[in-house]
Amino acid sequence: MRIELVKRPQQSALFSALSPFIALALTLVAGAVMFSLLGKSPVDGIYYYFIDPLREQWSLEALTVKAAPLILIAVGLAVCYSSNNWNIGAEGQFVIGGITGSILPVLVPQFQGPLLLPLMLVMGAIGGALYAAIPALLKTRFNTNEILTSLMLVYVAQLFLDWLVRGAWRDPGGNNFPRTVTFGPDAVLPKILPSQDTANLGIVFALLAAVIVWFLMGRTLKGFEVRVLGASPRAGRFAGFSASKMVFFAFMLSGALAGLAGISEVSGAIGYLQPTISPGYGFTAIIVAFLGRLNPLGIIAAGLILGLTYLGGEAAQISLGLSDKVVRVFQGLLLFFVLGCDTLIHYRVRLAGFGASKAARGV
Amino acid sequence: MGIAESILLTIATAATPLLIAALGELVVERSGVLNLGVEGMMVMGAVCGFAGAALTGSAWLGVVAGILAGAVFSLLFAFLTLSIATNQVATGLSLTILGLGLSGMIGESFVGSAGLRLPSLHLPGLSDIPLVGKLLFGQDPIFYMSIALTAGVIWFLFRTRTGLTLRSIGDNHSSAHALGIPVIRYRYLAVMFGGACAGLAGAHLSLVYTPQWVENMTAGRGWIALALVVFASWRPLRVLAGAYLFGAVTIGQLHAQALGLGIPSQLLSSLPYLATVVVLVLISRNRRLTMMNTPASLGRAFVPDR
Repeated sequence: MRIELVKRPQQSALFSALSPFIALALTLVAGAVMFSLLGKSPVDGIYYYFIDPLREQWSLEALTVKAAPLILIAVGLAVCYSSNNWNIGAEGQFVIGGITGSILPVLVPQFQGPLLLPLMLVMGAIGGALYAAIPALLKTRFNTNEILTSLMLVYVAQLFLDWLVRGAWRDPGGNNFPRTVTFGPDAVLPKILPSQDTANLGIVFALLAAVIVWFLMGRTLKGFEVRVLGASPRAGRFAGFSASKMVFFAFMLSGALAGLAGISEVSGAIGYLQPTISPGYGFTAIIVAFLGRLNPLGIIAAGLILGLTYLGGEAAQISLGLSDKVVRVFQGLLLFFVLGCDTLIHYRVRLAGFGASKAARGV
Repeated sequence: MGIAESILLTIATAATPLLIAALGELVVERSGVLNLGVEGMMVMGAVCGFAGAALTGSAWLGVVAGILAGAVFSLLFAFLTLSIATNQVATGLSLTILGLGLSGMIGESFVGSAGLRLPSLHLPGLSDIPLVGKLLFGQDPIFYMSIALTAGVIWFLFRTRTGLTLRSIGDNHSSAHALGIPVIRYRYLAVMFGGACAGLAGAHLSLVYTPQWVENMTAGRGWIALALVVFASWRPLRVLAGAYLFGAVTIGQLHAQALGLGIPSQLLSSLPYLATVVVLVLISRNRRLTMMNTPASLGRAFVPDR
């Protein structure tokens, strides 16, 4: 028996809509199998991962805090991937955005006022955009593979942050802990409503970014340009679109969003800089982008689902004693299933025995 | 043992995993498939190598476990990209993400436990020759495997009919298919070879280089191996040269850190990554040369039209 793919005359609308759900269902099944293998009840496992975190107000708020950076980053990545630019260094752009956004509260702590926070956010976005411009420049100017350069720059950014918080930016009164001073009150990203414990403006930025990029991609010439250059650079050239300008546009847009996510996380969730400011948001956002089928509105839903896996991981660790490593396995499996199910959109899959495949060939 | 000799020895140890993983990926890419999952397969090889050695008490069985883990894990990628024609870049990435997660889960109980080291070769007399004795006759067995593998890959790709067929698939899979060559079968085998190599490279890390298990212990070496293939313009001998160049950078920065020259250790640690970027820029700027060397079907999905 073997698998045969038959190209569909046009994309299947049915499977375009269904494939993320099939992938989620398969991930749940695989997860249940994994929980049994780890000696836990699959029902309990799924419950703590996907239902328990949704039952309380505070954990719903925590979900927005986890989902916000994922959505922000993934929306930018969607523009990159749609235009065939493989930025996989969002984690590095996130870190650099966290650093450049923290320049004012760390180096000029006496500067307070309503202007401070907007300045920090803008500086974070600029930092991320400029850091993402490096692989873009190397790709357009020297024809260098952007996958490898953007990924290498992640390690460089992480080491740079490590150096800053242990060296030049370390809080002198911090008992030698590797961290900067705690941000002043005006440098902290406010809660959406004062009554809330954790949910901050980050999720608002994320939703705004998703809607704006959705409009940009679906309703403007720029969005058309992104898709044409992504599908066929040659056709794009004939239409008068510049491929190298698109490389910069896609990279710097996604870098800016990743940088904004970085400073939002530092200012809203942490409150100072420390050696590690991200539990791998930049990489998980790649999964979010694909699960959302590179559609900004789909990415909102996908970001909430992946954010849920982070929370569920914590819940399952506390309640079932499951390792927190299970989260990353879940996320990896999900991406596999998403990619596999996307095949159904373009192809009809036929399981053919030898006889059947001969018949199909008309032999 | 002189200082020069010990530095050369450590360079060889640092270069060996890069060389093995890059050679495997070179064969994969020569068949027209871009597998970005090297980091994931390597870290799976590292954890299964360590676990295999710890559970059986034999470092050699650990090596076997590492190789098998890499090859089996690569089948996931092969099935998705070859049998159901998914995007190779995205699928490779997901292999890396899953590998890093799965290895963390498998290795959790081994964190902090003492590892087994694969014993180095010792030939009485020969290994004691000053300066070159240890370099030639006193290294770990995987070092010798890496050199043999280099020769083997050169011989296979450029001196055998099968190797020629593999390269032709990488350059034009449609023509190869029209000639009746089983494109998918060749690619499956190539991907599994790449997986086995990445697994062996990982086992070298956890059984020779630093005999212990640390989460994410590959630290980007899989990605550097991918860069080496581009740097080497898909030639095995240049992969060898590149791997030793990177081994030298890695060891050089470690020595500089030990000397305490007042250079921040983080800057020195980032040198291998920065060097990768610089080297990629230098090699890719000649657009025509790159185009000529790149396997023409690299990264493009192939669906047989029956």
